[in-house]
Amino acid sequence: MSQRRSVVAYAPWLALATLVYISLFVGVINIDLRSVLTDPDDRHVLIYSRVPRTAALALAGAAMAVSGLIMQHLTRNRFVAPTTAGTVDAAAVGLLVATVWFATAPVMGKVLIALIFALAGTAVFVFIVQRIRFKDVVFVPLLGLVLGGAYRAIAEFAAFRHELTQALNSWFTADFSGIIQGRYETLWLAGLVAAAAYLFANRFTAAGMGESFATNIGVNYRLVMAVGLAITAFSTAVVVVTVGAIPFLGLIVPNLVTMALGDNIRRVLPVTALVGASAVLACDIFGRLVIAPYEIPVGTILGVLGSAVFLYLVMSRKGRFANA
Amino acid sequence: MPDLLTDQRSSGDGPIDGVPARTSHDAIQRRRRLDRRSVLVFVLLSLIAAGSATLFLTWGVNGYWDYALPRRLEQLAALVVVGAAISVSTIVFQTLTENRILTPAIMGFDALYILIATTLVFMLGSETVVGISSVHLFALNAILLVVVATLAYRWVLTDTSRGLYTLLLVGVIAGTLFNSFSTFMFRVMEPSEYDTLLTTLYASFNLIDTTVLRIATALLVLGIVAAVMMAPTLDVLTLGRDRATALGVDYRRTATKLLIIVAGLVAVSTALVGPVLFLGLLVANLAYQLTRTQRHSITLPAAILISITALALGQALLQHVFNYAGTLGSIINLVGGTYFVILLVMESKKT
Repeated sequence: MSQRRSVVAYAPWLALATLVYISLFVGVINIDLRSVLTDPDDRHVLIYSRVPRTAALALAGAAMAVSGLIMQHLTRNRFVAPTTAGTVDAAAVGLLVATVWFATAPVMGKVLIALIFALAGTAVFVFIVQRIRFKDVVFVPLLGLVLGGAYRAIAEFAAFRHELTQALNSWFTADFSGIIQGRYETLWLAGLVAAAAYLFANRFTAAGMGESFATNIGVNYRLVMAVGLAITAFSTAVVVVTVGAIPFLGLIVPNLVTMALGDNIRRVLPVTALVGASAVLACDIFGRLVIAPYEIPVGTILGVLGSAVFLYLVMSRKGRFANA
Repeated sequence: MPDLLTDQRSSGDGPIDGVPARTSHDAIQRRRRLDRRSVLVFVLLSLIAAGSATLFLTWGVNGYWDYALPRRLEQLAALVVVGAAISVSTIVFQTLTENRILTPAIMGFDALYILIATTLVFMLGSETVVGISSVHLFALNAILLVVVATLAYRWVLTDTSRGLYTLLLVGVIAGTLFNSFSTFMFRVMEPSEYDTLLTTLYASFNLIDTTVLRIATALLVLGIVAAVMMAPTLDVLTLGRDRATALGVDYRRTATKLLIIVAGLVAVSTALVGPVLFLGLLVANLAYQLTRTQRHSITLPAAILISITALALGQALLQHVFNYAGTLGSIINLVGGTYFVILLVMESKKT
């Protein structure tokens, strides 16, 4: 048993380390470990392009996966994630506002505006969900997707007027090909916030049990809800502004991890972050290789993979998903 | 339109109202009132639709009739074809699935058409595809959509163990999956291939693909004739699956036939103007509300008239009043999406 435990504990780390190594040395310019030490040009490629890109991939993946996990615990619904709660679409509306009216704002200013919209958009979703007494498990994500579609329609309408349709589309599809040093550092903040979520892990579990239960054991329900939603909205806003949305990652990774490890959030959260980072890294490496020297964006690959896994989860709603 | 009505009453309602006890004086009175109401609704809707069409044709021509009229007539024809295809496919689909929320577009039919068209280009390569005339390509796409959609959706829809919301969520995600897969293939293609095919694959209201207008119209007529011929069966289906089966409807066979009609009509509208997510939902529900009946001989033409009005008037207003401030598609999605949220919330409060 303990043997098996240790394998499960180390496997995600090992996978992530392998993928990081591959990510550092896969790309249009061929570099390897030895040439990096000897050739200054190769070292330049590594430091200014490959390391930032790899870090950005891992951070964005971890942050989005953790966001999804938190959302699922707080809403007590396995199908809720930034993609299925309108958060991503609301953040895109915010980024559009920032681009049109605050074009000169620094990156953090744009993140802030996107964050405000993401929070407001998610709050509307939570508001509607809390007002519906009858809750079919699939009804909640359905509502979120449709609400997100409405936000998106607003964004499309405004984008058309300001000739930003192409930019808008790019915000919905994560693309790391433009990442170099100096263009991704905001993602460290998202990673940091996701790590901070670990401190609240037990309180998220308590809040997930319901307001009265949480209050009974001395947890400030409203505060924990607010912290949880702020963490997810912030991660989403940063990722959308910096690289574009990573569709469905926050939905499928936590589900796959909790399927294997159970629901103890303190135990699952670090693994979720590792698997999220690994998933995005793997998809990006695949995207770099499949039509090299061109690239397929991560968002496109995860759009296919994520919706396929999501579809499978919904269609095979038996056992643990029946009343999830 | 009126012959459709009279034709319908004898054949369509026979099995439903054939029970002697229900043909009381009271019921006949109610039926008469309903008929008078639907005639009135038809007259009004026809007038409004005709008015919208005239407005679309004549607004701001400034004397350049020779130039404007033929072009606008062609565009109007396309709008009429699209409106009719979307209305009929939506109502038939809603009757088949026994609710007023599911529509072919929301369930991912339009996205599936785009996916099939993209896959075809991906498999054959752009050189082969450019050699095929657009009419043949459309026919091929439509046939493939009919086969694939009928098989896939019959499997999903006839399994009654899934509730409405699961079905809806499955449809929405399936649509996303189809879209993502199309995008993926687009990305894998050579940039040059992608460019040449962009216009043939992605039509919109501002960029109507009129090269396939004739064959699309032919397919539309075929679909409408089939739907009208099946109207009595559709009326029986509104009683619910179990009762319809008890009254002698072979459910699976009927479902197959209806799905073929729906898929064919979706091919028509998607080929001309691309995916339109929420128009069907809006016009079908508006038609139910206005006519206050379930009879397809009434709801189908009413929905067609409403969508012609919406498209012609919408496009005219957009061009002349709002100066192309948005696309008709995005406005429909905005209004329809909001309406969809309201419908969902109301529906969930009912249960």
